[in-house]
Amino acid sequence: MTDLTRLTIAQARESLRKREFTAEELTEAYLKAMEDGRVLNAYVAETPDIARDMAKRSDQRIASGDAGPLEGIPLGIKDLFCTKGVHSQACSHILDGFKPAYESTVTANLWADGAVMLGKLNMDEFAMGSSNETSYYGPCINPWRAKGSDTKLVPGGSSGGSAAAVAGWLCAGATATDTGGSIRQPAAYTGTVGIKPTYGRCSRWGIVAFASSLDQAGPITRDVRDAAIMLKSMASVDPKDTTSVDRPVPDYEAAIGQSLKGLRVGVPKEYRVDGMPAEIEKLWEQGCAWLKDAGAEIKEVSLPHTKYALATYYIIAPAEASSNLARYDGVRYGLRVNGDDIIDMYEKTRAAGFGKEVKRRVLIGTYVLSAGYYDAYYLKAQKVRSLIARDFTDAFQDVDVLLTPTTPSPAFAPGAITDPLSMYLNDVFTVTVNMAGLPGISVPAGLSGDGLPLGLQLIGRPFDEETLFRAGYVIEQAADISAEPQRWWVGA
Amino acid sequence: MSVDEKTVRHIARLARLAVTDDEARALQGELNAILDWVEQLSEVDTDGVEPMTSVVAMSMRQREDVVTDGNYPEIVVGNAPVSEDNYFVVPKVVE
Repeated sequence: MTDLTRLTIAQARESLRKREFTAEELTEAYLKAMEDGRVLNAYVAETPDIARDMAKRSDQRIASGDAGPLEGIPLGIKDLFCTKGVHSQACSHILDGFKPAYESTVTANLWADGAVMLGKLNMDEFAMGSSNETSYYGPCINPWRAKGSDTKLVPGGSSGGSAAAVAGWLCAGATATDTGGSIRQPAAYTGTVGIKPTYGRCSRWGIVAFASSLDQAGPITRDVRDAAIMLKSMASVDPKDTTSVDRPVPDYEAAIGQSLKGLRVGVPKEYRVDGMPAEIEKLWEQGCAWLKDAGAEIKEVSLPHTKYALATYYIIAPAEASSNLARYDGVRYGLRVNGDDIIDMYEKTRAAGFGKEVKRRVLIGTYVLSAGYYDAYYLKAQKVRSLIARDFTDAFQDVDVLLTPTTPSPAFAPGAITDPLSMYLNDVFTVTVNMAGLPGISVPAGLSGDGLPLGLQLIGRPFDEETLFRAGYVIEQAADISAEPQRWWVGA
Repeated sequence: MSVDEKTVRHIARLARLAVTDDEARALQGELNAILDWVEQLSEVDTDGVEPMTSVVAMSMRQREDVVTDGNYPEIVVGNAPVSEDNYFVVPKVVE
């Protein structure tokens, strides 16, 4: 029998409907692949019993003709999503032993559509990081390696486990979240597709909060069609999240294969940053050429406040994080370290429970919100944020979608970037999109000189995910990448 | 604006984070590097610009002010490190 883990979601869906194999067989294939792939450290908790039980029920529904849109499809879930009775710790020590009594809306939507949960995926602690190195459970490893090298590489972050598990065939698709690039950057580093939808498209209820005005959930998948299938199931309005938007969820898959004739594609000139590697520049030009060949018109546009986006982000995100993370106090859940009095207990618990990067951001956030500094930092940043969003509104007067590189480089080695500021630069092309609440997709578009995947990013108007799927599919087809990770981890 | 070690300790206290002397010194350097870097925002002219409050134009939905959930204290305290009779237990705060 063919290796079932090689199938895309669309292919597996078709075969399950035709009864070429059962959901239980598909799940068993993934459980075996997960066991073989433990050296990648993509999963922080495997849930084989739950997976087998869900797959069995999927087979019953397929037999009775009640199959949902994701019936029997085995998925990995980022550890940031609360899953009832199952490990949900945002890969932090401070949530030690936490097992939620409730299910996040996004995962509940997936299970209602028939999907099967394989386990919880590794990530940077509280989604703060760009390499998956800040996880309490240790770094996750990228299935890809440079040509002729056996050096380990990071899968990107914060959704590193999601990206690595999808690229390494350890799940058919994965949930992820994106606050400054945490879906798109790891997707670019692992040759997978990742979409951050418009702010409000997916409910944030039951997703551990990092920076509430920026956080959005989205899928990481093997191809563009699978991303369209998964996002359709994940998205919904939700009475439990007042920022979720009450508008119908389109059939995103229907956008795939539609013509690009007359589509106006903007190329923001400010994204030609100093020191951008020639191969990234070349990839970007190649992307423009592909879209032009497909009937699109390419125009240069200006987003003048781009260079301030990262600095703005590193005020707003830590400020919101310092507020959101105040709840971890050793009283209601997770870790407690005893102290002389209640303040001492709080301080010792938080000192022991949070990692270095989280502490750094909590302190920055506390500082910029503290008396006397609020106007100079936080209010100023929220004003610059308005200008960044206005740049996009202006650009979308002239074009329908923007094309940029996803990242300034391919995946790097663990430990290669130790300076926090250099690490933050990984998000230089993705962070603006969160600031403006727009949808953005990363699609694999080529390989670096070392044979590592590189991604292109498409940015759309609010709630125009369909154009991203339509144009993303054209790039995917044109790039036609046949290279894939060698399964060096099997038997390693 | 740059922070000294005393300010780092003050912020850490506000954030309820215990820091050792070594950590406070290391954090002082890191925080100053980040604060220097974000200083670039001062060159942006934001006169007359409203601060962002919501990325997507929407009016806040409201619902009837009625109880829709609850009555399960044992579940609410279910993840607490220490609980007793469905209460969270903390060190003594009132003498």
